[in-house]
Amino acid sequence: MMRLPGFRYRAPRTIGEAAAWLAENPANTMLLAGGTDLLPNMKRRQQTPSTVVALRGITSLSEIHNGDGLAIGSGVTLSHLIGDARVRQSYPGLWQAAAQVATPHLRNMGTVGGNLCLDTRCTYYDQNYEWRKSIDFCMKRDGKICWVATSSPKCLAVSSTDTAPMLQALGATVTLVSIRGERIVPVAELFANDGMRYLTRQPDEIVTSIRVPAATGWRSAYWKLRRRGAFDFPVAAAAVAARFDGARVVDLRIVLGAVSSRPLSADRAAALLTGQDLSDELIESAAVAAAGIAKPMDNTDFELVWRKKMVRSLVSHALHEIRGDDMRARRHQLARQELLIPASASAAR
Amino acid sequence: MKVRLKCTVNQEPVEVLADDYKTLLEVLREDLQLTGTKHGCELGECGACAVLVDGTPVLSCLVLAVESEGRRITTVEGLAADGRLHPLQKCFADLGAAQCGYCTPGILITAKALLDAEPNPSRARICEALSGNLCRCTGYLQIVEAVEAAAKAPR
Amino acid sequence: MKPTRVIGQPRRRVDGRAKVTGQTRFADDIILPRMVHCRLLRSTQPHARIVTVDTGKAAQVDGVHLVLTGESFPISYGILPVSHDEHALCRDKVRFVGDPVAAVIARDEMTADLAVNLIDVTYEPLRTFASPADSLEHDEPRIHDYGDHGNVHKAVALQFGDVDAALGAADHVFDDVFHFEGNTHLPIEQHAAIALKDPDGKLVIYSSTQTPHYLHRALAKALAMPAAHIRVIATPNGGGFGGKSDPFNHEIVVAKAALLLDRPVKICLNREEVFYCHRGRHPVTMRFRTGITTDGKITGLDLETLLDGGSYGSYGVASTFYTGALQTVTYDIPRYRFRGCRVFTNKPPCGPKRGHGTPQSRFGQEVQLDKIAEHLKRDPAELRLGMIAPAETLTANYLRVGTIGLAECIRTVVDRSNWSEKFRKLPLGRGVGLACSSYLSGAGLPINWNDLPHSGVQLKLDRSGGVTVFCGATEIGQGSDDVLVGIVAEVLGIDPFDVRAVTGDTDLTPVDLGSYSSRVTLMMGNAAIQAAERAREILAGPVASKLEIPADRLVFADRRVFDGENPDRGVSFQEAVCIAEARVGTIGTTGSYTPPKSAGHFKGGGVGPSPTYSYTAAVVEVDVDAETGWISVPRVWIAHDIGRSLNPTLVRGQVEGSVYMGLGEALMEEQAFRRLPPRLSSALVHKFPSMLEYKSPTSLDMPEIFTDLIEHPDPRGPFGAKEVGQGPLLPIMPAVANAVYDAVGVRVDEIPVTPEKILRALQARAAGKPARFGPASFPEIAWPAPLLVTPPQEGGDGRASNEPERRSRRKADAGIEATAGVRPSTPLRAGPSIVEGRS
Repeated sequence: MMRLPGFRYRAPRTIGEAAAWLAENPANTMLLAGGTDLLPNMKRRQQTPSTVVALRGITSLSEIHNGDGLAIGSGVTLSHLIGDARVRQSYPGLWQAAAQVATPHLRNMGTVGGNLCLDTRCTYYDQNYEWRKSIDFCMKRDGKICWVATSSPKCLAVSSTDTAPMLQALGATVTLVSIRGERIVPVAELFANDGMRYLTRQPDEIVTSIRVPAATGWRSAYWKLRRRGAFDFPVAAAAVAARFDGARVVDLRIVLGAVSSRPLSADRAAALLTGQDLSDELIESAAVAAAGIAKPMDNTDFELVWRKKMVRSLVSHALHEIRGDDMRARRHQLARQELLIPASASAAR
Repeated sequence: MKVRLKCTVNQEPVEVLADDYKTLLEVLREDLQLTGTKHGCELGECGACAVLVDGTPVLSCLVLAVESEGRRITTVEGLAADGRLHPLQKCFADLGAAQCGYCTPGILITAKALLDAEPNPSRARICEALSGNLCRCTGYLQIVEAVEAAAKAPR
Repeated sequence: MKPTRVIGQPRRRVDGRAKVTGQTRFADDIILPRMVHCRLLRSTQPHARIVTVDTGKAAQVDGVHLVLTGESFPISYGILPVSHDEHALCRDKVRFVGDPVAAVIARDEMTADLAVNLIDVTYEPLRTFASPADSLEHDEPRIHDYGDHGNVHKAVALQFGDVDAALGAADHVFDDVFHFEGNTHLPIEQHAAIALKDPDGKLVIYSSTQTPHYLHRALAKALAMPAAHIRVIATPNGGGFGGKSDPFNHEIVVAKAALLLDRPVKICLNREEVFYCHRGRHPVTMRFRTGITTDGKITGLDLETLLDGGSYGSYGVASTFYTGALQTVTYDIPRYRFRGCRVFTNKPPCGPKRGHGTPQSRFGQEVQLDKIAEHLKRDPAELRLGMIAPAETLTANYLRVGTIGLAECIRTVVDRSNWSEKFRKLPLGRGVGLACSSYLSGAGLPINWNDLPHSGVQLKLDRSGGVTVFCGATEIGQGSDDVLVGIVAEVLGIDPFDVRAVTGDTDLTPVDLGSYSSRVTLMMGNAAIQAAERAREILAGPVASKLEIPADRLVFADRRVFDGENPDRGVSFQEAVCIAEARVGTIGTTGSYTPPKSAGHFKGGGVGPSPTYSYTAAVVEVDVDAETGWISVPRVWIAHDIGRSLNPTLVRGQVEGSVYMGLGEALMEEQAFRRLPPRLSSALVHKFPSMLEYKSPTSLDMPEIFTDLIEHPDPRGPFGAKEVGQGPLLPIMPAVANAVYDAVGVRVDEIPVTPEKILRALQARAAGKPARFGPASFPEIAWPAPLLVTPPQEGGDGRASNEPERRSRRKADAGIEATAGVRPSTPLRAGPSIVEGRS
């Protein structure tokens, strides 16, 4: 049986308490929310914090509030998020992203904050200690080299969060709290293009909430590539959010998932569409442009060349879906689930 | 180091002293000897260890034992009541839903939560709800049929 | 057919209640007083000499009871007598990443784990062999110091009739090369074992093994103990699929440790270690040259296979022969040459997975037939219907086929799937594919050649009216306990739940060779019928005289024994037992089963014979995105010639489970490895030894399955039953590949059929190249001269004309015999040869 290494367990009741404990020894302390990312990593000895600060007892983190948009506590479980009618109605792309994370059990446990801060993944890294010893480790943990590209100066582990690309496309911000105070940063700025230091979150900071701006006039869609209908992390994904004026795109963001060490904003592709009607031709050229920036590496399921090609399809499907095309059959083929945008939301068109 | 854990398991109060690194799975199987809950990976990749915590299906391999303090835990041993099998258990046994039986406890537990929340789920919904439980024997069809049959059975 | 009351009725399996209440005790569920725990240290090197093993620090850890190394295990073992090439812990070298080197036994698993990581091993790395090409190319260093030559474990060649003439006489010769990637069983239960010394000082081991009898033998040998002092109890397996059929390192280690410590020692492998035990599907490259007449008859087949065996022998010699065994059982192939070669590489050992050696070449043959049909402009179903092997005959390679329901299987799936409206008629991106298969109902020869029965059953009837049935068969989920109990209940006219089964315990139960080769229903079933009929006879005499009627008028049914002509006249079953016991004393009977002798008397003829064969046909429908290659399978129709279905609920489960596992193999499962850049590292590691990255289908990935059972009882099977556990898996992979061709017009001649491969074939076609993805050629192998056996239809007697005198079978309790491996005069080399897929 795979077992956890020893650690000190802290269960604060307030964010302040949590921040204080975290500040004691930030380098060797890790935050525990749903446990679905941290605990497997600890069992594989990829992460071996001396102290684990559990956030579950902080009830304020598990709430979703209305405001100018939606304020989602970082401790909200993915199941809670999916079950929230406001999310389903107004942020269908976020709903689709969250509904495709892992499995029902893991969504019952995993949190929005946890998925956002999900450790980057790599088939050279997400292995037992003994396996990693067999390759003399890698630079992300205990070793020197990045086996994905042996001359790479930095770690090429893959951003594998489903919700982050979508939240970034929706223009969401996150609130970070430490004993030093509070700061709010756009989701895009939470991530760095480095498989090891993939978050700009400081070691003593806690992501407490995610604010998604009001959805009025916006449509969104999330398309994910994975082998199976459940369990699998994305190996490529397209998150699209757009504001329309009639048929004309007023504002549009495309963010790619799982093809880099961070969610990748395809700005040039988005620019092609802004101010335009979404014609088939334009969608195609935007999809090609978006795929052009994807940098999949050989460290996930599927071949990298094919994944890159799939980015184009995913972006195209997402754009077609927000245009209002009936993408149900296609989505069912790819996702092996319905994942329908609720009628009232797609009726906005 | 040991930690003291008090919770409710299958409607009975339980108090146990367990190693602090243990997950709920380890405490159930090793300290409480409730070996009905299985394990296939201990990393959240198979669903064999599913139990209900406060009525919600979760993977006991990824729940710290200390985080189970004060919670209501249901395992496969708690499904039958008053000497009678739960309708799901009866239908699983009758309809071939358990072959080797190893993934069965996790699937039963998950299906119970589904039927508790949605008494008449569609087939697609059942498949979706059970998509986190790997089975290598059945091809899932007889499992899904057994859940459908249990949904129709008087409870 | 006599009416039956238990047999043929869909019903709850006898162990169903235990399984749904969590009471089935799997090996890791056993908790014993004073139990200690074992962890193994596994090699981090793919191929290396062990220089030193320093256990000093580990032994000092508080709570550690024992540290073992290879020094404690001087005696080798292995499943096949011709390849006893394993030691419980490696002694002088390691052969793959994961090979066990040392063991720690400690008060708990955590302590054992901590200590095991304190063991220092220094290795002297040796050349890494990552592929069969590597192993064919380089003779040195040898991975093993036995085998045919260099790193060739075994090369065999058999020829039945003048194949070259047969191909020369054909109207068309199709020449195709295929590859089938390796995959693994992935039982959800990880292997576990717990060993102890019983109060008498004898060894007891509980283990999740499919083959307690073979573990029993291996323990006796490896521990140099009398077998009579060893008791092996096979716990119900949480899935086996062939992956728990070898004796394993961990079993022998905990047995040794329990003897040394005199306390129970338990081990449960983690998932990564299960991937290292492996013994799964061999990666096989194969070349089929098939001669065919314009009217669609096969004139001859020339088959070559190359197997990547991994690092140990396991069942490999048998696996090699199996890649060539069953083609003739399915289709009428009058002349046949088979050449197979298994090489060692530095990967976990391959072995038997559901279908054992036959799915790979089944894939090649069925895809080639699809190509042949296309070329001849024939419907593939109709083409196959015209070439089905004749029933109740000997094949060219001396396999005795029994009943064959294949034609009805084909017609059923064609009809049910609406084949004629779909094949070549669906819109681009949608397609259907058909494939067939056959499989053994039990291997006709035991692993250890002898004349002993393959299955034994004992019955105890007592005055309570209860019946206990004892058999060494092992419940691995397939329902062997239920088959056993169902048969006894049927014969004695009682309810299955009146019968208690004691199985898989070498102290208590007569030997059954184990749950492999789909042998249990037929062999154990026949033994059970014999035991039960003998018991019925014992009861019948006294009861008949009490009722004053002739014994042959008695009917055993509904828990009663009564006059068939006057059903009210009779006694309860319990009364019947008491009457008989009073008359004859304690009632016990035995039954046993030995398969008929095989017809082939040449080396290698031991692999393939079976009392009878099952047949299957399947149609798979696919959706393929012609732009990306993305593939889904919405529907599968399958018909299986089961002979007779003993418990249809279980039979359906085996068919559907086979479809599931076949789809996993067809679409996604792959035992893949990473070789790090050789200039930087010697590492060769399993790419993803985890359940997350080794992709097995979920409930959302499954199609609709329409199952039909074709029931024409085979007189050799119990109540006419044939096998169902493996055969239905076999047609799925080729049917998927054939459906892909129907959908988008490209061939993927390689398993798994992944979107990437489909897309590459589509791209090849777009670039004006052959519309295909698959191996370009079959490596050049310097084959030994074939054993020449004249087919029965040409007057052969089953002997090879050029075989040196054979050892007598009784002396050869050495298992699968040494085969015709003539050492080639020139070193074997892999090299390109020009072989084109012609069709």
